[in-house]
Amino acid sequence: MTIIEELYEAVLEGDFDDTPELTQEGLAAGFGPQELIDRAMIPAMTEAGRRFEDDEYFVPELLSSGRAIKGGLDVLRPLLLAGEADPAGTVVIGTVQGDLHDIGKNLVAVMLEGAGFDVVDLGTDVSPSQVVAAIREHRPQVVCLSALLTTTMLSMPTIVDAIVDAGLRDEVRIMMGGAPMNEQRAKEFGADAYADNANAAVRAALALVGASDV
Amino acid sequence: MIVTGDAGEAGEGGRMTDQLQHTVRTSRERVRTALAHRQPDCIPIDFGGTAVTGIHVSVVAALRDHYGLDRRLVKVHEPYQMLGFVDDDLKEAMGIDVEGVMGRETMFGFRNRDWRPFTVPADGLEVLVSEEFRTTTDDRGDTLIHPKGNLDAPPSGRMPRTGYFFDTIVRQEPIVKERLDPVDNTEEFSVVTEADLDDLEADLAAAEATGRAVIGVLPGMALGDIAFVPAPGLEHPKGIRDIAEWYISVRKRPDYVRSVFEAQVEIALDNLARIHARVGDRFDAVMTCGTDFGTQTGAFCSVGTFDDLWLPYYQQINGWIHGHTTWKTFKHSCGSVERFMPSFIAAGFDIINPVQCSAANMEAAHLKREYGRDLVFWGGGVDTQETLPFGTPDQVRAQVLERCEIFGDGGGFVFNAIHNVQARTPVANVVAMVDAVHEFNGQ
Repeated sequence: MTIIEELYEAVLEGDFDDTPELTQEGLAAGFGPQELIDRAMIPAMTEAGRRFEDDEYFVPELLSSGRAIKGGLDVLRPLLLAGEADPAGTVVIGTVQGDLHDIGKNLVAVMLEGAGFDVVDLGTDVSPSQVVAAIREHRPQVVCLSALLTTTMLSMPTIVDAIVDAGLRDEVRIMMGGAPMNEQRAKEFGADAYADNANAAVRAALALVGASDV
Repeated sequence: MIVTGDAGEAGEGGRMTDQLQHTVRTSRERVRTALAHRQPDCIPIDFGGTAVTGIHVSVVAALRDHYGLDRRLVKVHEPYQMLGFVDDDLKEAMGIDVEGVMGRETMFGFRNRDWRPFTVPADGLEVLVSEEFRTTTDDRGDTLIHPKGNLDAPPSGRMPRTGYFFDTIVRQEPIVKERLDPVDNTEEFSVVTEADLDDLEADLAAAEATGRAVIGVLPGMALGDIAFVPAPGLEHPKGIRDIAEWYISVRKRPDYVRSVFEAQVEIALDNLARIHARVGDRFDAVMTCGTDFGTQTGAFCSVGTFDDLWLPYYQQINGWIHGHTTWKTFKHSCGSVERFMPSFIAAGFDIINPVQCSAANMEAAHLKREYGRDLVFWGGGVDTQETLPFGTPDQVRAQVLERCEIFGDGGGFVFNAIHNVQARTPVANVVAMVDAVHEFNGQ
């Protein structure tokens, strides 16, 4: 098995203890950071996402694969910052004000990272002003908003209003998700896209940044 | 007939009319009939029997106003989700057939006693909480609640300043793989004491005296329930307490999870024997599992993982109950769990809740047709994500009538909304829900 295959398998199997070392081995073998990402890590997370959508992978599998890829990316990130970065785009993501639930949001963040996005995770209970400030600071192409509760999803249009009021609406595309959300409600709240699972969120994000026609 | 007479006469500590006494005497039979998969005289109703079939304290207060009951501050019996006590007078007004016997301690490890006022920051509603419900406020204005009422211990729950519920604060010590010890994840489980049993028996006697059916929430039975994994009731939890870390452990450390479950089941079986020795068959149902296996669109884990990790242990717990008692076993799981139903049945569960028909593959008629012979549906009565909070009273009525028609056929149904009635739900919709059940029941 080549080092690329080993790294791919480690990410897919969620062997997070092994991926930092395998990534180092890949670098030592002469592969560039972006090459390891493009040839091993992203394909592994893409396959994990496919398995998730096909009911072969579930939350434990996605979380452990996500941690595995993160271990590898942590090794590569300093090298990428030196000029080799080629992210799919930048995403600002958070669970909206009043809501502390983040399992779904974290899965989406992990999958977006695995698909090559730079992800700025604002955490939970995120206010409209925090989102606006993050857009100004990080200049993302996509803003992802999540909520679990019927009481808190109503913060989503408030955040959209704040983005509009700040004159930033034309600079970002907005995606929404979470248990009480649906396509129609996301549209009513002013979203450009809706996703009902982590892999669908990746597809939608790629489409929003023009990297995919999906 | 459920709701008759002057509900005011049936207030807490008050005397009930003969008619009401007759009415509530039938409640227990009604529920028992439904649990036996026979057609009861009418569909029984639960609100407030458990911490997954309750009503947010703000809605309880609004309902008390609506029904013209004594003005009083509502007690919060379950602080995590801020569920309000549904007192006897409100139960009468709503025609509720179930009483709950809750655990001795709340999620945050303290007992409900010595009530005092507390103002919910988000809406200014004044409620009553246990004297041991002790909180601090952080610099964001969020309310932090401390385990066991101990302000010297780090907070274990947070209510955002604009929120209506607490969520657990994960207190995860750094994980050193070589030092992981499953014993650390069983600190919260212990054998019931004689004092615990005294309290349980007293609560059970009070519940029985109402004439309603009694459901017991037994301590320590929920295996791997993600709400309990962070141990919000412990002052300094050890082991795997982070939610993502626990899910990852299900995949990557299954032997650790098995060891936790084995230790937990050993204690649970001991407790079942002690509890049954004290109270006999006086419970109509007991909640033995609140672990969520469903998400809105899918599952948290595969059926194979459930069958491997959970099923053998629940077969032990539910098997003991069925081998020694007449109690029916109650399983709660949110989300899309149709795929798990055969395994739930094989694990010995008799009752499924909350029957989230709004999740994927959870269509009511399909569930009733496929699993209605084996499982009682305790819930599913109305959608709490869309219809109840955001629909019109007419839409609520229509959905309730439809669900009663489907689930009520041949018994095997206890009416409850899909999970707790959430904060900010319009009281008119809750009343429309209750009225629709009574309309279906011909009352």
